[in-house]
Amino acid sequence: MRITQGTFSYLPDLSDDQIAKQIQYALDNGWPISIEFTRDPHPRNSYWEMFGLPMFDCKDSAAIMGDVRRARSEQPGAYIKVNAYDARYGRQTTALSFIVQRPANEPGFRLARTEGPDRTQRYSIEAYAMDLPEEQRYRE
Amino acid sequence: MNGEAAPGSFVEAAPLDISAAYAESNLAAIFAQLDTDLIGLAPVKGRIREIAALLLVDKLRERIGLATEPPPLHMSFTGGPGTGKTTVALRMAEILHRLGYVRKGHLVAVTRDDLVGQFIGHTAPKTKEVIKRAMGGVLFIDEAYYLFKPENERDYGTEAIEILLQAMENQRADLVVIFAGYKDRMDQFFASNPGLQSRVGNHIDFPDYEALELMQIAELLLVRLNYRFTSEAKTAFATYLERRMRQPHFANARSVRNAIGRARLRAANRLFAQGGILTRDALMTIEASDITASRVFAEPA
Repeated sequence: MRITQGTFSYLPDLSDDQIAKQIQYALDNGWPISIEFTRDPHPRNSYWEMFGLPMFDCKDSAAIMGDVRRARSEQPGAYIKVNAYDARYGRQTTALSFIVQRPANEPGFRLARTEGPDRTQRYSIEAYAMDLPEEQRYRE
Repeated sequence: MNGEAAPGSFVEAAPLDISAAYAESNLAAIFAQLDTDLIGLAPVKGRIREIAALLLVDKLRERIGLATEPPPLHMSFTGGPGTGKTTVALRMAEILHRLGYVRKGHLVAVTRDDLVGQFIGHTAPKTKEVIKRAMGGVLFIDEAYYLFKPENERDYGTEAIEILLQAMENQRADLVVIFAGYKDRMDQFFASNPGLQSRVGNHIDFPDYEALELMQIAELLLVRLNYRFTSEAKTAFATYLERRMRQPHFANARSVRNAIGRARLRAANRLFAQGGILTRDALMTIEASDITASRVFAEPA
């Protein structure tokens, strides 16, 4: 099951040129970029691992694309996303965030039912990938 | 614009108008600005025109499919302090941007401290960070020879040079590097780093200013600051320059700017001490006494 998180996630995966253009758009708006990755794609997992520090003062997407490629080669099979942060007073939030790498095989999520007090049902979802220890997930 | 020609083919039908390409690149405006903003420096301006011409012609050749190797863009600016290296580098970045050789055209000016780390493993990320910031523009390394310290083979500067070299070679489309510094020390620096030498295509030497040019610079600065010399002040400043030029640590235009800064300070003090009602004229005028109070006049000529 293809996970859909962030901008463009209902579109086919972006090509590198398209990614570079989106990054350039963010930089032209003055949004610093950071790269994050994870092997736990649960929608409520908002804290992905940082791949290096956020990149301030960059003007050109070529600088960021180098790091995107490095992230891909160092974290094969992981989900990798690019975040652009708008630091302007009054916004101070992620302005653009999209996935730039996803595993070839995404097994999806199971629905877990839990019995609560008074026979109430609690529902949650769990990624099938989470059954394995982290380093064994998303191996091709 | 003409359409993209297939590589190797020669399009005779579409004549190329170099004047149109020149007008379109807006270079004339930059050259005009160079002429008005920078006094003297004739050899530098000439070299910049030559480089710009080559870059423009190369763009045209590329357009009709004449295979051209990308021209060497990395440069070295050598010359004394205050001869306009940074200012020219800013203009150069703009020229390269107008001609489409760098995408953004900003200038990142750094020195050794910004590139070299304090401990093992600190240099590489620091240098890479600077390179990232400069991508799409021009990286200006002032006093570049400090990167290489032959007396200490464990100096981290060498590591910074290696990373720079790698970026200069592999990311030629993303980054232009300009090395700057005193002529003799830069020559030594390049001689001991043959890898750098062969990758820096353009060497521009900035001559020291003549006394007359420095006077013109002073007047240009004053106009910009809305000040003026009295005629006695002008003579006094000429004498000041003549004396200052013979003293050590004379930094050309920078010294002139500093001297004017100090003269303004003395003028303000004079007005303050004098008190009373001031005219617009008084607020704009630098008197001879504001200049002759300098320590340069205290020493025997």
